[in-house]
Amino acid sequence: MAQTTVRILRGERTGKRDYQEFNIDIEEGWVVLDVVHAIQAQQAHDLAVRWNCKAGKCGSCSAEVNGKPRLMCMTRVNQLPAGKPITIEPLKRFPLIKDLVTDVRFNYRVNKTIKPFRPVPRSPDGTYRMMQIDVDRSQEFHTCIECFLCQDVCHVMRDHGREDFAGPRFFVRIASLAMHPLDTENRLQDLKDVHGLGYCNITKCCTEVCPESIHITDNAIIPLKERVAGAYYDPLAWLWRKALGKQAHSK
Amino acid sequence: MASYETHEHDVIVIGAGGAGLRAAIEASAAGVSVGLICKSLLGKAHTVMAEGGMAAALGNSNPDDSWQVHFRDTMRGGKMVNDWRMAELLAKEAPQRVLELEEWGALFDRTKEGLISQRPFGGHRYPRLAHVGDRTGLEMIKTLQNHGIHQGIEVYMECTILDLMKDGDRVAGAFGYWRESGNFVMFRSKAVVIATGGIGKAYRITSNSWEGTGDGIGLAYRAGAELLDMEFVQFHPTGMVWPPSVRGLLVTEGVRGDGGVLRNSEGKRFMFDHVPPVYRAETAETEEEAMTWIRDPQHKAGRRPPELLTRDVVARCIRAEVREGRGSPHGGVFLDVSSMLDAETIKRKLPGMYHQFMTLAELDITKQPMEVGPTCHYHMGGIRTEADSTRTSVPGLFAAGECAAGLHGANRLGGNSLTDLLVFGRRAGKYAAEYAKDRAQFPAAHEEQAKAIARAADAPFDDGGTENPYQILQDLQQSMETLVGIVRTRSDLEQSIEQIQKLKARAGKVRVEGNRQYNPGWHYALDLRNLLIVSEAVARAALQRKESRGGHTREDYPDASAELEKVNSVLRPVNGSMACQHVARKPMPEELKKILDAADGVVYRK
Repeated sequence: MAQTTVRILRGERTGKRDYQEFNIDIEEGWVVLDVVHAIQAQQAHDLAVRWNCKAGKCGSCSAEVNGKPRLMCMTRVNQLPAGKPITIEPLKRFPLIKDLVTDVRFNYRVNKTIKPFRPVPRSPDGTYRMMQIDVDRSQEFHTCIECFLCQDVCHVMRDHGREDFAGPRFFVRIASLAMHPLDTENRLQDLKDVHGLGYCNITKCCTEVCPESIHITDNAIIPLKERVAGAYYDPLAWLWRKALGKQAHSK
Repeated sequence: MASYETHEHDVIVIGAGGAGLRAAIEASAAGVSVGLICKSLLGKAHTVMAEGGMAAALGNSNPDDSWQVHFRDTMRGGKMVNDWRMAELLAKEAPQRVLELEEWGALFDRTKEGLISQRPFGGHRYPRLAHVGDRTGLEMIKTLQNHGIHQGIEVYMECTILDLMKDGDRVAGAFGYWRESGNFVMFRSKAVVIATGGIGKAYRITSNSWEGTGDGIGLAYRAGAELLDMEFVQFHPTGMVWPPSVRGLLVTEGVRGDGGVLRNSEGKRFMFDHVPPVYRAETAETEEEAMTWIRDPQHKAGRRPPELLTRDVVARCIRAEVREGRGSPHGGVFLDVSSMLDAETIKRKLPGMYHQFMTLAELDITKQPMEVGPTCHYHMGGIRTEADSTRTSVPGLFAAGECAAGLHGANRLGGNSLTDLLVFGRRAGKYAAEYAKDRAQFPAAHEEQAKAIARAADAPFDDGGTENPYQILQDLQQSMETLVGIVRTRSDLEQSIEQIQKLKARAGKVRVEGNRQYNPGWHYALDLRNLLIVSEAVARAALQRKESRGGHTREDYPDASAELEKVNSVLRPVNGSMACQHVARKPMPEELKKILDAADGVVYRK
């Protein structure tokens, strides 16, 4: 295949960041990560990139390809405009470590603040019985590979850099717990007060970039918003609970 | 040299895939302080790529299943050279480990009765694999991760261990560097668990990620631990072959478990012609019979299709078809599920495969057959450990998961790996914690040793080096692929050992540009040390084993040897070079022998 120009935004934690141009022969079937690997092996041994499985399963090689948040290992070069340079930049939302590698530890800190799974006891025969139809909903959220593309694209984080907003990835995680047939924990107050669910104004950018095609907004965020609204902002429900002396509950 | 920071934990676990995470959780539950160290971000380890499922005799899909049958299948799949005690522990403890994972939040696919659904897989007598579509590894690692982060474990991400610290004979911790900054870091500990996974990156065509560089095996060997059965390398029969950039990427055995068939360029289901005697009694003889079995939800009618023979057999047959000119256009064979299942079912049962082929090969598996061929997938060999406690020959050093050896013998059954991680990961954590609790004092961490490790790691930046680490890696992979691949001969193996010596010399003169901060060139240069050790060990053990068995096929010794069935290969450093010796296995207790014999009266001979 023809030679293609590749522009990679390079830099370190501090100091200037610049585009470096490489000319590289593209072979049949290549994905963008193949291009980066070829540049590493032939032209820039110290070009930093994070990757693991190269199969779209681990979510490590997230970057912005021609301005769009993508997994580099699942973006075929022949799907990009032919004859045009390919621009590869690190995720914008997260602090730069080096070249295409960013510091995503924020996500690990947020995950720790989510109350863990708390199951009902087992049946007397030692099993849990759940019907497939009941696990389907939560299973959709379990397909998340934590590539953090949704976190990158979400404008609440990207433009406003809010640290008190868990972000779409973790609303998906909380939804996976909330819709888990065995879970008993209540996370509604945390959603409202700790995880900042209210900041999301459902622009669906997260859903658009999800490589696993999880319906982040429709199936995770909106139902969580409804539950929070039902628990805290429904005047009739509030009165009812007040009368019975109950707390807002997730299930 | 640059200074380094120091951390102290009773137990450190190196590697945070399934085995490492499970070990860390268990050790932490035992009340000791635990540090978990991983080369990548947490949750990205190679476990995430496991697809088909985890084998456990739950008996949900077929109530006739039991630990005894699982034990028998594992031994037979391993061609009888397995550590029988490990196989027994695996079969007995697997169901508890699966149910425990469910209790921690894993959501397996369900049966109609609402129990964990089980999928048929190669070499397993009954449908036995608990699974979540074709992404079981992701479910497992995320469940362990999300459970583990609340157990008080200290996690050190993107940190690579260079060498173990020793105090006399005893392990005293580990020394490594942060990938981000390149700064050095010392971990002092009373016990160390190695759970670093496989060696796939020694080969050119592999399903393994970059992390599979045999680090733990290299670390353990340099610290004086014995290695076992290094010659047994599993080539998974079905890796992608096209396009070239994804060659080797795994196509789950679940495709065949769910009905997918293998055909050559003449359209023939060639596996029917290659059923080894030991599996004849339980393998279908006609396509109709195989279809009956696939269509029966309980898989009781008819017998299993020959596509579900063990991986070593299927891989060799595919290789033979291609060599004899009956391959597919890109040098594989055809794996077809489109003519067996409707599009909807394929997308539901194999969503990952559908997506993978659609994106990477622009091929719709609901309409067209896939092209597949063997890919280096798993290493049965590794660090020699004691079955119950997972302890190695070095005091304080434990190992679990793919980097440890023995359980799978000469060939691993699909689905036994994920279970292995949980069963022996848990045991490693438990016994490492006990070991640490029995010792009040930390062993001494010797400054001199730390300095020597750091100096060696810095060497690639010195002037005078000329070699490109990427080139050495490629040359090693090519050499292993050609000379120590699926089929081996004496002359090839001797040649490979010579080439490895030359590559070692070149690796000593490696030159890296730039600085230590997140520098992949430097990382590769350091990983080479471990890859060269495991490559040499595989070649030496393969040269020594003059027979064909499971994941070790010798063209010059095509048959299995009754004598060699009694022994395992043990490798250890002797006077600065690697020595390989055959060691007899402990005799199997009568009650286990009975299980093997009672099954169908056929004792394994290839």
